[in-house]
Amino acid sequence: MKRAFPIFAIVTAGLLTFALYEALVVAPTEQTMGDVQRIFYYHVPSAWTAFLLFFINFGASLVYLIKRNTKADILALVSAEVGVVFCTVVLVTGPIWARPVWGIWWTWDMRLTLTLVLWLIYVSYLVLRRFSSGSQTPLIAAVLAIFGALDVPLVYFSIWYFRTQHPSPVIGRGGELDPRMAHVLLINWLAFSCFAFLVCWSRYRLEQVKRDVDETQALEALLETRSVR
Amino acid sequence: MSTLSAITAATLQKDLRLEWRSKDAVNSMLFFSLLVVVIFSFSFNPTAEESRQIAGGLIWVAFLFAAVVALNQTWARELRNQVLDAYRVSPAPAVALFLAKVIGNFIFVSVLEALMTPLFIVFYSLRALGPGWQLIPVAALGTWALVVNGTFFAAMSIRTRSREIMLPLLLFPISIPALLAMVEATSSILTGENSAKFWIVLLAVYDVVFTTVCLLLFETVLNAE
Repeated sequence: MKRAFPIFAIVTAGLLTFALYEALVVAPTEQTMGDVQRIFYYHVPSAWTAFLLFFINFGASLVYLIKRNTKADILALVSAEVGVVFCTVVLVTGPIWARPVWGIWWTWDMRLTLTLVLWLIYVSYLVLRRFSSGSQTPLIAAVLAIFGALDVPLVYFSIWYFRTQHPSPVIGRGGELDPRMAHVLLINWLAFSCFAFLVCWSRYRLEQVKRDVDETQALEALLETRSVR
Repeated sequence: MSTLSAITAATLQKDLRLEWRSKDAVNSMLFFSLLVVVIFSFSFNPTAEESRQIAGGLIWVAFLFAAVVALNQTWARELRNQVLDAYRVSPAPAVALFLAKVIGNFIFVSVLEALMTPLFIVFYSLRALGPGWQLIPVAALGTWALVVNGTFFAAMSIRTRSREIMLPLLLFPISIPALLAMVEATSSILTGENSAKFWIVLLAVYDVVFTTVCLLLFETVLNAE
């Protein structure tokens, strides 16, 4: 198990390098947008990875609420943290692409708004974890994660109705995507998922060690006060 | 069921009596939203036509901020003299306590809305061009949406550091669909351009979903230790 982590890290690094080469060199240049379109190979895989991580957060929170399992709690925390990072990447790369192509940095379009609201919900989840201390933190965090996940369909429908008068986004033309581009996109997605998994893995180990240390310190403090008496 | 409603009624009665004698929550909410109305009026200085467009947003933002004032006091009051711990050990169902708090907050915020709406109409010279009676279900459902989640999150945030700040940080992101629905429904009723039906249905769905979840999970949160 200890050797698996560095091996996986090397595999991920190789995969990321290959995906970068594919995205910058191999993928054909888009006719109307030009090279700016290549950001798509980072933007879309990050979005998929972020949504996957938020989904894992929901599942882990549900498991924690039912079974009160510490591992599920750590998984929920880790997936929310890494998910917020990837979601931030999406929100940053989106405007960089939109400025030259759409002519605007931001629009209150369906997908943009939904991603932003998701980001807000999970940031508030992390803030709650930060601000609450003590043993009840995992429980109230899990409850908030359930609320956040239930909110997503409602956000979706409200924004869908709010924004139906607007033209559908340019990236929505999935059917017209060049097969070579789709190929590069999938490789990038694989690389990004592996990278996210790697970060989650190391963060998971770190959190476990941190909790062990906290527990040991609390025990030591308890023993010390006894021996002073 | 009868014990549930009896306990709810007793707790609600206690809260209403406390509020009637001190008038803390309602007075602070009233003055706060009055300030918001005046400041918005200064900063935008709208004509009658413009204010019809923006009033939906202004009204609900003012009520939302004011409601947070009352919601923050909901459980803080019970922390003094360990009342909340007494609730925990008592055999009374936690759901009854939660319902009483929600209904109490709903009454406080509704009183605020009833008193502030005439002021909005005067300051922004509003007149509904659409079916005005629809504002009543929008207000009732919207207030419930804010209050049910707000009461729940207030119970969660009493367990955190700097809880006064924590409540809006938790409540606002989750309330985005409800707020959007309230604002859009109010605007479309005031301008008379679109139908508000979709938004009223959305608010009703939001209320049903989150009331159910709150009732299911409240006992867990109350007893979290």
